[in-house]
Amino acid sequence: MNNNVNKVSSMKRLIKYIFSHNKVAMTAVITSIFVSAVASSASGIFLFLLINNVITPALSSGFSSVVGTFVSIIVSMAVVYGLGVLSSFIYSFVIAKLGQSTLNSLRKDMFAKMEMLPVSYFDSNKHGDIMSYYTNDIDAIRQFISQSMIQIINTVFTLVILTVAMLIISIWLTIVVYVSAVVMVFIIKRIGGKATVNFVKQQDSTAKLEGFIEEIIGGEKVVKVFTHEAASTADFRKLNHVVKDDSVKANEFGNIVMPILSSIGNYMYVLIAVVGGIFCLISGFKNLSLTGFSAMNAAVIVSFLSMSRSFGQSIAQVSQQTSMCAMAFAGADRVFALIDEEPEYDDGAITLVNVRKTSDGTLSECTERTETWGWKGVNSNGETILTELNGNIVLNHVDFGYVADEIVLHDICINAKAGEKMAFVGATGAGKTTITNLINRFYDVADGSIFYDGINIKDIKKADLRRSLTVVLQDTNLFTGTVKENISYGKLDANDEEIYSAAKTANAYDFIEKLPNGFGTMLSSDGANLSQGQRQLLSIARASIADTPLLILDEATSSIDTRTEKLVQKGTDKLMDGRTVFVIAHRLSTVRSSDMILVLDHGRIIEEGNHKELISKQGTYYQLYTGAFELE
Amino acid sequence: MITLKILGKSLRDNKRDTLLSVLFVALEVICECTLPFVMARLIDSSGVDVNSLVIYGVILVVLATVSLFCGIKSGKCAARAGAGYSANLRDDMFVAIQNYSFANIDKFSSSSLVTRMTTDITNIQNSFSIIIRIAVRVPLMMLFSIIMAFVISPSLAWIFLLCVPILGGIIVLIVSKATPTFSKVFARYDTLNNSVHENIKGIRVVKTYVREDYENKKFAASADAVTNDFVHGEKIVAWLTPSMNLFMYVCYIVISVLGAFIITGKLGWGVLTTGDLSSLITYGINILSSLMMFAMVLIMMTMSVASAKRIAEVLVEQSTLTSPENAVKEVDNGSVTFNNVSFRYSLSATNDVLSNINLQINSGETIGIIGGTGSSKTSLVNLISRLYDVTSGEVLVGNRNVKEYDLDTLRQKVSVVLQKNVLFSGTIEENLRWGDETATEEEMIDACKIAHADEYIKSFPKGYQTYLEEGGINLSGGQKQRLCIARALLRKPKIIIFDDSTSAVDTKTDALIRKGLKDSLPNTTKIIITQRISSVEEADKIVVLDKGEINGVGIHEELLKNNEIYRDINSTQTEGDNRNE
Repeated sequence: MNNNVNKVSSMKRLIKYIFSHNKVAMTAVITSIFVSAVASSASGIFLFLLINNVITPALSSGFSSVVGTFVSIIVSMAVVYGLGVLSSFIYSFVIAKLGQSTLNSLRKDMFAKMEMLPVSYFDSNKHGDIMSYYTNDIDAIRQFISQSMIQIINTVFTLVILTVAMLIISIWLTIVVYVSAVVMVFIIKRIGGKATVNFVKQQDSTAKLEGFIEEIIGGEKVVKVFTHEAASTADFRKLNHVVKDDSVKANEFGNIVMPILSSIGNYMYVLIAVVGGIFCLISGFKNLSLTGFSAMNAAVIVSFLSMSRSFGQSIAQVSQQTSMCAMAFAGADRVFALIDEEPEYDDGAITLVNVRKTSDGTLSECTERTETWGWKGVNSNGETILTELNGNIVLNHVDFGYVADEIVLHDICINAKAGEKMAFVGATGAGKTTITNLINRFYDVADGSIFYDGINIKDIKKADLRRSLTVVLQDTNLFTGTVKENISYGKLDANDEEIYSAAKTANAYDFIEKLPNGFGTMLSSDGANLSQGQRQLLSIARASIADTPLLILDEATSSIDTRTEKLVQKGTDKLMDGRTVFVIAHRLSTVRSSDMILVLDHGRIIEEGNHKELISKQGTYYQLYTGAFELE
Repeated sequence: MITLKILGKSLRDNKRDTLLSVLFVALEVICECTLPFVMARLIDSSGVDVNSLVIYGVILVVLATVSLFCGIKSGKCAARAGAGYSANLRDDMFVAIQNYSFANIDKFSSSSLVTRMTTDITNIQNSFSIIIRIAVRVPLMMLFSIIMAFVISPSLAWIFLLCVPILGGIIVLIVSKATPTFSKVFARYDTLNNSVHENIKGIRVVKTYVREDYENKKFAASADAVTNDFVHGEKIVAWLTPSMNLFMYVCYIVISVLGAFIITGKLGWGVLTTGDLSSLITYGINILSSLMMFAMVLIMMTMSVASAKRIAEVLVEQSTLTSPENAVKEVDNGSVTFNNVSFRYSLSATNDVLSNINLQINSGETIGIIGGTGSSKTSLVNLISRLYDVTSGEVLVGNRNVKEYDLDTLRQKVSVVLQKNVLFSGTIEENLRWGDETATEEEMIDACKIAHADEYIKSFPKGYQTYLEEGGINLSGGQKQRLCIARALLRKPKIIIFDDSTSAVDTKTDALIRKGLKDSLPNTTKIIITQRISSVEEADKIVVLDKGEINGVGIHEELLKNNEIYRDINSTQTEGDNRNE
């Protein structure tokens, strides 16, 4: 019920969206569809006039008596039909452009909004679902605009015009047509309903089968290692059989709608001819029409046959659009839901600026890049205040939960001084990554506060906060483009020298040089042509070129072997020099040299200190280090 | 054409329904085409006499009913044939893929195989039902309508004969111009979707580097490109409707003018009645709208050609690995020998992944293989169970070339715990049964005990009946790995290979697992690939691989002494223990 209400309001909104973006074009489309509908409906009238006013009188009193009428009918046919062709030309072309530009702005609206959404949106929605807004839903809307919408407008006009035309010729026969139309609509509802039920069933079983295929074919190598081919095939056949049966049922209903509708059309056709014929035979029977009583004759019947045919066809055509419309409105509902999502909340006002430091330690803002950064804010007196960016991070009694009542971080206190290397150690789910998510405000603390150089990070503009720090994640997420483009993602205006040196820092230079096109090698689908280790090296290079005072490495070297890691570490050591660094690593050799190691367990810091202190403490860290506990 | 032949083979038991569907469509069309002809007679008898009116009326009702019957029949047959055909096609593909070797799978990639079995099959099913109904209907409708038009009035029917080739030509022209545009659009469309997908997946990276505006611009550019191409294509297609209308209206006018002349006897071209005129117009509409349908079918078919090709590729792909005739079905012992083995993943690859490998592993030994990423450790062990074939040289298992064995036997006896391992949705027990369909409960528990999985499995409320989600996402990394080891142990292999399969297991458990293996499987050859020195320290032999070549073989102490790489790896893993002291 609620769902239907949503669909209706989405339908209205979609139509409004189309109109508001293209007022003039839509008016042109509707007008030309109207003209075209008039032209196609006029055939019956012309036929009536031709037989009634030309042929019949010509047969009795000679052709010459009707030449004038004849010429005027043919000329008006030419004019009306000419307009019909012209208008169908106009709406076809306008809608081609209009439909696509509407989709284009929908896509752009969606994408722009998506980029503004908080990370939590992406964490709580399946990526496949978000993707399908751009693919399936937009596709459904495209079909609606270019086919269904046009078809429906056309049908509504055609039915109205035909009704008027039929009434002008014969009210009796109009009633016959309308009775048949009611039967048609009734049958569409009955069979169409059954078809829909079965199509849903088919969709479900197909989804199941496709899920199975994805899992088994995706894990085909394991299937082969366990020579499980025959067993998998047997399971597959069971599911495939169900899909086949459901698909037969669904399509049987789908396939018989058209033959039934067209035969109702045929019966209607016969009925009109017979009823009309009988009326003609009953002497003294008068045909009633809007223009009054007249004789029932062949002209009436012939023109009616042509009109009733168009009438039936229009109904049949619209019946084929119903499922498409339903899909489009459901799609629009989801697309608008995305567009209506609340963007990431940000009321920070403090920004990051380049500053120049004079010898007496005072700061002044400047436009060129100076390697010195400052936080620029305005105090309550309206004075501009500059604070030097050092990379001091303080977490003060921080609590946090992804869901309101499920606290996953408890009372976290951390004091990272500028230039210090902090390491988080703990099992999966202990909350290591969660802490870093709070520092760059992917999520906001539930209680307590985080200070960056003494400034509450809530007061810093999010974009500027993030510009001051870099996160290197285990999932590398490279983008389609060249290796060079992927590295310079960290600094869009980087020159070749900077790119090469960043690659060298990450120890990626050598393998990049060996790629088929070196730095110009195209990477596709998240760097599928690279090994996981190589991808991680690239993402480190990308971070190193960004050159931010604060660095977070979240399992950034997990897929690099220990020997290579050691080489990378030389680079990252250089990178970490003078920066505040947060490291999350599951290899303890990586965290050993940190200034401070924080051991996390179930969202609490249970031990802290440097490697030596923690080893001598013989607590959890010691047990982890000696291999008594599993990290993952 | 070849594609058609390949896909045709999957028709099998659906031939009857397919033919019946075609037959009933043909009958339906014949009835439909006779209707207007009889209708003309009925119209002409209206107002003349009741008898003929009733007779023609009855004939018409009979014709309409037969047509209805045929329509329903063909619809049902087509539904059965379409669903049955696509089920067969899916089955054939699935079976073909089950026979693939690793190299075949690599060639296509798993994700592409999945798309071919889902999206592409759906496309084919849709166009198959359209083809057997509409593609049959359209030419028949056109043919019969033209014949009937000539029966009624040869002096007017020529108009249609003139229109068909011209309009048909225009339609073919439009479609042939539009399809390349659309296939270009779909390629661009993929790029667009790909960029959306990257943004969804990589949103943290985008936000970390504050690249929202940059991504917006990038997206807008490719969205505009898609839109422009689409508009270009749709503008070509937009010519269809007006061209169709133009021809239809011209026919109307010409028939009206000439019809009026002929009926009134002005031209002396024969006899024509009002009823005939009405039927002629009906036939005209039939002919021209058939052409329009023809355009639709044409577009549908060209769109599914790509899918058909992609399916055919899967079906004709020959497995690069097959069991030999008279295959050996027994593996004598667990010894492994590499003789001058070189390997590359495809013949077109320029570099050897492995070169000049000579290695002797005795039955029951524990072998460690160590080396950096890209040193081809995995490639080396994949040759043992013939997941890939050597490029040159030979691999012997139990003193026989692996190519002499029946593949199932070989893989039964050489069990691999893959690095990229997969658990399937189902209970823990069901997953274990992949190792041995007939294993008893005791055997399962034993295997799990050796793999140190029994403990945690028992701690679950449902124990071995715990349901695992796809990919086993409700287990931790270490738990998954231990379950995968247990599954491989259940095969009771002569050789078991661990490909970095305890990387997430803590070192203590790792050591316990190794001890358990040694004690309970003394005669099984154990090959351990690892990055951890501690995992191989006690091995009978350690192989150091570097860039696809054997850099050194020996026991821990020997290698520490004379192998630089090994020493290096060792130092990265042990140094620092006393660094801060």
